[in-house]
Amino acid sequence: MNGRETILARIREALKAPAPHPASHGAHAPHGAASEHGPDAFRHWLPPVGDSPDDRLALFAKNSEALKTTFVVCESPAAAAAHATRIASAEAWKKVAAHRSPLVESVLGDFPDVLFTDGGFETAALEACDAGFTTCECLVAQTGSALVSSRDNGGRALSVLPPHHIIVATRSQLLPDLSAAFELVESKYGGNFPSMLSFITGPSRTGDIERILVLGAHGPKNLTILLLP
Amino acid sequence: MSATASQGPPPSSAFRASARRFTRDLRHRGLIQKALSGYYTKRDENKSRFQSWQGARDLAAEIKFEAVNHLDRHLEEFASRIESRGAKVHWCPDAEAARSAILAIARENNVRSIIKSKSMTSEEIHLNDALESAGYGVFESDLGEYIVQLRHEAPYHLVFPAMHLTRGEISDLFQKELGSEPTDSPEELTMIARRVMRKKFCEADMGISGANFGVASTGMISITENEGNARLTTALPRIHVAIMGIEKIVPRMSDLALFLPMLATAGAGQALTCYNTLFAGPRQPGETDGPEQFHVILLDNRRTALLADPEQRDALHCIRCGACLNVCPIFKNVGGHSYGTTYQGPIGSVITPHLRGLQSWKHLSGASSLCGACTEACPVKIDLHHHLLQNRRNAAAQKPLWYERLAFAGFQFLMRNPALYALSLKLGRLGQIFHPLVNGSPLDPARAWTSSRSLPKLAPRSFREKWKARAK
Repeated sequence: MNGRETILARIREALKAPAPHPASHGAHAPHGAASEHGPDAFRHWLPPVGDSPDDRLALFAKNSEALKTTFVVCESPAAAAAHATRIASAEAWKKVAAHRSPLVESVLGDFPDVLFTDGGFETAALEACDAGFTTCECLVAQTGSALVSSRDNGGRALSVLPPHHIIVATRSQLLPDLSAAFELVESKYGGNFPSMLSFITGPSRTGDIERILVLGAHGPKNLTILLLP
Repeated sequence: MSATASQGPPPSSAFRASARRFTRDLRHRGLIQKALSGYYTKRDENKSRFQSWQGARDLAAEIKFEAVNHLDRHLEEFASRIESRGAKVHWCPDAEAARSAILAIARENNVRSIIKSKSMTSEEIHLNDALESAGYGVFESDLGEYIVQLRHEAPYHLVFPAMHLTRGEISDLFQKELGSEPTDSPEELTMIARRVMRKKFCEADMGISGANFGVASTGMISITENEGNARLTTALPRIHVAIMGIEKIVPRMSDLALFLPMLATAGAGQALTCYNTLFAGPRQPGETDGPEQFHVILLDNRRTALLADPEQRDALHCIRCGACLNVCPIFKNVGGHSYGTTYQGPIGSVITPHLRGLQSWKHLSGASSLCGACTEACPVKIDLHHHLLQNRRNAAAQKPLWYERLAFAGFQFLMRNPALYALSLKLGRLGQIFHPLVNGSPLDPARAWTSSRSLPKLAPRSFREKWKARAK
């Protein structure tokens, strides 16, 4: 028998004896909705998200602040480009990286030397960049997250290797919760998913030394989200 | 189980000696209390943001019940979907099979340098030892794991590996091992590790990760982390190997909308962990980067033995958040290293006897006050403290101890003879007059109790005596 058959046979043998249902023990009686699964059931219990787009925008801004994400609502691509230029001079950037996308390129106007990762790149060259510009699949109000994929948002390394990650998004990309983000991914890609889908929730962090929060453990020290109309 | 278990003292003596040492170490206890106090505050804050944490627990328990009780079906679906996208699934019945599968991948691809992100399953199969003795350089990239790797220690806690160390100790360690300047700033220490690891990330040709969840319906693994090291481990090297225990399955991708926030809240007191990443294969056509090869190591290693015990099957619902460790009075006093196991705390005490032998590891189930704090803390409602009791019962039924049987036979005889019971009370009162002469000394028959506690005095008159006197 090979490994697969061995393990499956063991599982089938083990499962011949039925286990007591979780509702049959423990201190809490089963809640009404616990028998139905899926997003609607989850929304009963998870942290609430406001009903209107403005509520969601306010919640996203509040979560960003708690996470130490810089969240900037911009009136136009030009305003976003100006904001990016200000960060660049404040942090003395020498080189930035990005991927080809009209949204990203609309805020990159003032940067002369951009490493575009689309056609392949040297790891060392990307590592030497001061910032990485990407789009995202969506933003999630409930958690203050941005979802990036390896297909449409510049691959795997661009959003995590440079020390400052700049996400350029539009208002219509702001979704209420994680369930909505999964629904978007399912409907957009069908079965043909990108090889990586990553929810980014704030700049990289660690608490491994005395449980004290330090930003920029291995990934970006700064995360900026520029929200266009 | 392996060579490591047959060396040194038996696990129960090692546990007793280490527990005795740690419980007397007030500095250690203070350190752990301080590290956890911030966690309690943040955990409660984030729990209170849920509309109902209890409702979410019920639902999470329900979903894991569904996953684990149809594990064969879900695993087959998981494997066929992820393989259809170019990943290779290795079904490994035991630790040896997993180690040799990973070594074979490294050999066939002429791997030189290996970078790892956090994986308790890789600790379970002693992967680093196997890779290092085969001549590979292996680097732990998670900061806490890197620190304990430099100290040649096992992780202290399954989520916070280096929580037993102070910044001073870590600074000394970095000074000695990396030649860095001394500092008392956690930020500077983190940056030292970041610089060292950046180089390793860029050089490594194989990245090894764990897996927090395996999604059956879409064939994906999900990795939760804060530092970004798992993102880099899975982005830069040309080969990605993910090790996953077979119980990590959830049926649907949408289930993660519940599990990701719960894992973050229970595990680290966060609303959501910084990076929650799904992997659905190696680099796909049209993608700019990512590994050429993606291997998933599916590990049984006696999980099916636990599955075969319907009474304790829910222990396989565990999402390794560590919440039960953080509230356990035993863990906080004896410390993570005393357990001598990969998985510490209440969940470790429950599952280790199944994974590594009941008689050798039953002592962990005895080391509990049965307060039930673990069961209350568990986000997927594992009935932890009852499982500790069941392990005690099963161990006694499987291999009764003659002195325990004798003691209980004597107790039964005494309790069934009222005259004898009354006599023993009288003798007890007589005996306790002389007890101070031997109190706590090796001659004391009650020494197990009196060496660290005082013995309560028998009442001058028993209830029965009082009742008799009153009735007259």
